[in-house]
Amino acid sequence: MANELIFKNASELAGLLKSGEVSSVELTQAHIDRIESVGEAVHSFLHTSPASALATAREIDQRRSSGEKLHDLAGLPIAVKDNLTTLDAPTTAGSKMLEGWIPPYDATVVKRLRDAGMPILGKTNLDEFAMGSSTEFSAYGPSKNPWDLTRIPGGSGGGSSSVVASFQAPLALGSDTGGSIRFPASVTGTVGIKPTYGAVSRYGLIALASSLDQVGPVSRSVLDSAMLQDLIAGHDPHDSTSLPESLGSMTEAALKGSVKGMRIGVIRELNGEGFQAGVKQRFNESLEMLSKAGAEIVEVSCPSFEYSIAAYYLILPAEASSNLAKFDSVRFGLRVAPEGNPTIERVMAATREAGFGPEVKRRIILGTYALSSGAFDNFYGAAQKVRTLIQRDFDAAFAKADVLVSPCAPTTAFKLGEKISDPLAMYLNDIATIPANLAGVPGISVPIGLAPEDGLPVGIQFMAPARADARLYQVGAALEQLNEAAWGKRMMEFAPDLEAK
Amino acid sequence: MSSAKAELMKYEEALEKFEVVIGLEVHIELNTKTKMFCGCANVFGDEPNTNVCPICIGLPGSLPAVNRRAIESSISIGLALGCQIAPNGRFSRKNYFYPDLAKNFQTSQYDEPIAFEGEISVEVPSGKFFTVAIERAHMEEDAGKLTHIGGNTGRIQGAEYSLVDYNRAGVPLVEIVTKPIYGGGAEAPELAAAYVRLIREMVKGLGVSDARMERGNVRCDANVSIRPHGQEKLGTRTETKNVNSLRSIERAVRYEIQRQAAILAKGGTITQETRHWHEDRGATSSGRPKSDADDYRYFPEPDLVPVQPSAEWVEELRAKLPEQPAARRKRLQLDWGFSDLEFRDVVNAGLMDPIEETVAAGAKPQAARKWWTGEIARIANAEDKEVSELSISASDVVELANLVESGKINDRMAREVLTGVLAGEGRPGQIVTDRGLEMVSDDGALLAAIDAALAKQPDVLEKIREGKLQAAGAVIGAVMQAMKGTADAARVRELIIQRAAE
Amino acid sequence: MSEITPDLVRHLAGLARILVTDEEVTQLAQELGVIVDSVATISKAVEGDVPATSHPIAMANVMRDDVVEPSLTQEQALSGAPDSDQGRFRVAAILDEE
Ligand SMILES: [Mg+2]
Ligand SMILES: [Zn+2]
Repeated sequence: MANELIFKNASELAGLLKSGEVSSVELTQAHIDRIESVGEAVHSFLHTSPASALATAREIDQRRSSGEKLHDLAGLPIAVKDNLTTLDAPTTAGSKMLEGWIPPYDATVVKRLRDAGMPILGKTNLDEFAMGSSTEFSAYGPSKNPWDLTRIPGGSGGGSSSVVASFQAPLALGSDTGGSIRFPASVTGTVGIKPTYGAVSRYGLIALASSLDQVGPVSRSVLDSAMLQDLIAGHDPHDSTSLPESLGSMTEAALKGSVKGMRIGVIRELNGEGFQAGVKQRFNESLEMLSKAGAEIVEVSCPSFEYSIAAYYLILPAEASSNLAKFDSVRFGLRVAPEGNPTIERVMAATREAGFGPEVKRRIILGTYALSSGAFDNFYGAAQKVRTLIQRDFDAAFAKADVLVSPCAPTTAFKLGEKISDPLAMYLNDIATIPANLAGVPGISVPIGLAPEDGLPVGIQFMAPARADARLYQVGAALEQLNEAAWGKRMMEFAPDLEAK
Repeated sequence: MSSAKAELMKYEEALEKFEVVIGLEVHIELNTKTKMFCGCANVFGDEPNTNVCPICIGLPGSLPAVNRRAIESSISIGLALGCQIAPNGRFSRKNYFYPDLAKNFQTSQYDEPIAFEGEISVEVPSGKFFTVAIERAHMEEDAGKLTHIGGNTGRIQGAEYSLVDYNRAGVPLVEIVTKPIYGGGAEAPELAAAYVRLIREMVKGLGVSDARMERGNVRCDANVSIRPHGQEKLGTRTETKNVNSLRSIERAVRYEIQRQAAILAKGGTITQETRHWHEDRGATSSGRPKSDADDYRYFPEPDLVPVQPSAEWVEELRAKLPEQPAARRKRLQLDWGFSDLEFRDVVNAGLMDPIEETVAAGAKPQAARKWWTGEIARIANAEDKEVSELSISASDVVELANLVESGKINDRMAREVLTGVLAGEGRPGQIVTDRGLEMVSDDGALLAAIDAALAKQPDVLEKIREGKLQAAGAVIGAVMQAMKGTADAARVRELIIQRAAE
Repeated sequence: MSEITPDLVRHLAGLARILVTDEEVTQLAQELGVIVDSVATISKAVEGDVPATSHPIAMANVMRDDVVEPSLTQEQALSGAPDSDQGRFRVAAILDEE
């Protein structure tokens, strides 16, 4: 019988830790036990660090008992996506290229977790270098959706979504380049946020596409994510694209929880047409709830969103082809030497052949093409211009609405293996999430119930203007309450029990 | 790669037949405290891979952050070159694989350099002035250092393996690119060297670089093409890489002119390629041809935001610009009272800085000139070194000149002292004592030697009395020999004349 | 019809330093062809005078002071290297140029 503590939200647990009702060691041990019992089935972790997590927990308990004033999240365990560098644990980005690599430095966000006294339970699975929407491209095998172990937990951050959805950790860090936090949240009934580009430092995040990547929280409630964003956000001199200014308190915004007078813009091009019927149904119900709660629902149009997938699948591979050039067998990572007396050029080529999986190679070569002298203008160059058009669409839409809304994904969780051999079909999962990355604006996915046809979670996405992340927490928390009232309990409580080992 | 010696046309003949066009790319290593994109120390000569961090060895997850001082230095260089400063500049990535390049791309400026469209006036040894148009000056980062092990002594060919030290990786560079330089004619090689010398002087004067060529602080790639006189279309150019002394620049350009002329005269064609200069052979050799593989796939560096220097910032830096090299030259020549010829020799030998320092430390300008352009330059030349590589300081030269001036030592002794200084024996005064070089200033000892010499040449005094003063020479020689060179010849002469008058 | 020929794939793989077998070349040419065709529509979207956006959030002049920060130790720097020697990263011989 699992310790009931693990089913609580992070914000409740933080309260219990603070009041001394629960010790960090007890809480951390409860999660370690849970990992022991369901970890293998869900396969969320690529590496676990129970000893170091407990060491942190003990230290925090000691400091708390000596009366030291601690961070609100002190003692609360967390899981970290394995594309964030950690001094004390291997960081692989889901690739054979980095098997066993222990970085000599902590990512800025990891350092913030440590500074706050959060025990790090382990590193979570992802599609190799975050390229994918299902974790099926992880070199270490896919993670499973806790709602149905034959289904995908979303990607690339399926390790972080499934770890939270299966109560192996109350919180996790993810990264979102085109939906890698939000899509997994949507298909696992969890909450995931991609903050405004630059709100959270990317230093120590193994880059996929530098101008799109953003680190963000994964949790089981909007307030939980707000608390985590408040911890990890803020200027970092090591990241030149990090915003100099504070975006305010997300926790306060989540606690406000009202939508009265808020203008919510339904994007005509992403209003659920062509989406799975149950997704569209839940989406429309949520719009009604928001309207009843005092929000004004308006329609906006973003005609250039039509080109967002095309632009994304040029910009991402282009930047990735350059970011991933450093994996060359010289300074770190895998080295594969071909037979005979090879030159360094041949060693590099053989290493990259062996170390990268098929999706990574596909995207590197596509990106190399998009940047090559003959193709640049029509591909990469045009994609950057599309980015401008998408930003203009957002500007126009935000003139009419405080936040924009769409279903987070076209479908609920699909079956493992269903789309793996069809890259284009896989890319379409991100149709609703990609525009936010292209424009740098923040987006949140909040669970809004289960699709009637398959009983699987559906997520709604809100987007706000750049730097207005607080609005997402406000509207997200409000809708979460409305849905909990309508469904009678928290969404995660509908999740089936996982068979304990 | 052929090791066969290329055919060369005689230089004069080549110039009769062809017009020479050159273009120069000079890389200046800035002397910032830290690297271009990280806080690692920018220092020379440390243990390998000790001035490195996740950023400059390109570890996954690391991100660059621009050094403000490097930007300021680059703007100052741009201004000193008479360039416009771009109100919106940015960094790009130049993508290619090479093990000295930690990220396998170089962060560099591409289509938006920080400075563009300038010009400077360059004086060649003949005294003629040329205006060199500057296309751009842009910022980039240096690569690491490769050492090739095994095979024939450090060469890349035949090496068994290579070692990489990234201490230098990420050191800030400013690359200054000229527009094609026409009209250099026979003086094109000298013009190339004079241009690089001027750039070196300029960046040193700005205080933005140590400008030591022997350490690679200033590196030059020389583009050379030739075309028949009257032909409009430019000839195919070659780019000779990393020619790292002023003398080599001159020689490399001359060599390329002669080599290309020989090929064209025979109806051959020039291959567009990079070439390498071999100081030992005095020749260039074929490097890598330009090809498809040169698709660098430049794109804006997404990890860095644009650099937009405000007009106020630029004007602030402009106001701080030191005297320009041409004005400085004028001023120094006037201060020192050198003739045009004397001064040109000083400039062409690259000795303005040490002489200025020496004069500032208390030497008379002519004495400073004499030592630097004379004995010191001779030794440097003989050892095939730059004067700056010799271990002698301005204050050593001042001390040496004072010793001669005060009659403590003579010129011959001074040369010996100089050898001692260069050998690291200490300061000149110390060496005089240690080597027992002081001149005999005791008249008694000198007179004894004079009398001994006169005894062997009794008719000398008579000749002097008859007014044949040159007769004293034979006695002076004998006295100097007897005193093993420690006598002051002038004093000996005086004493002999005194004796004759007695 | 796609412009992604097997030869182009081979060239791109060379630029990207990835060894590819003939089979992979054939497969990649086919897969990339489909993707490139599907994204080729975007050049239509941006006819006319549209500026490019390379950074989603417009910022400028982010600079750090020229102050030395601690470096890694040599041991740390080399800790992840597949091979090292004499304090340096060791690689196979380089023969393609110079
Ligand atoms: Mg360059
Ligand atoms: Zn560094």
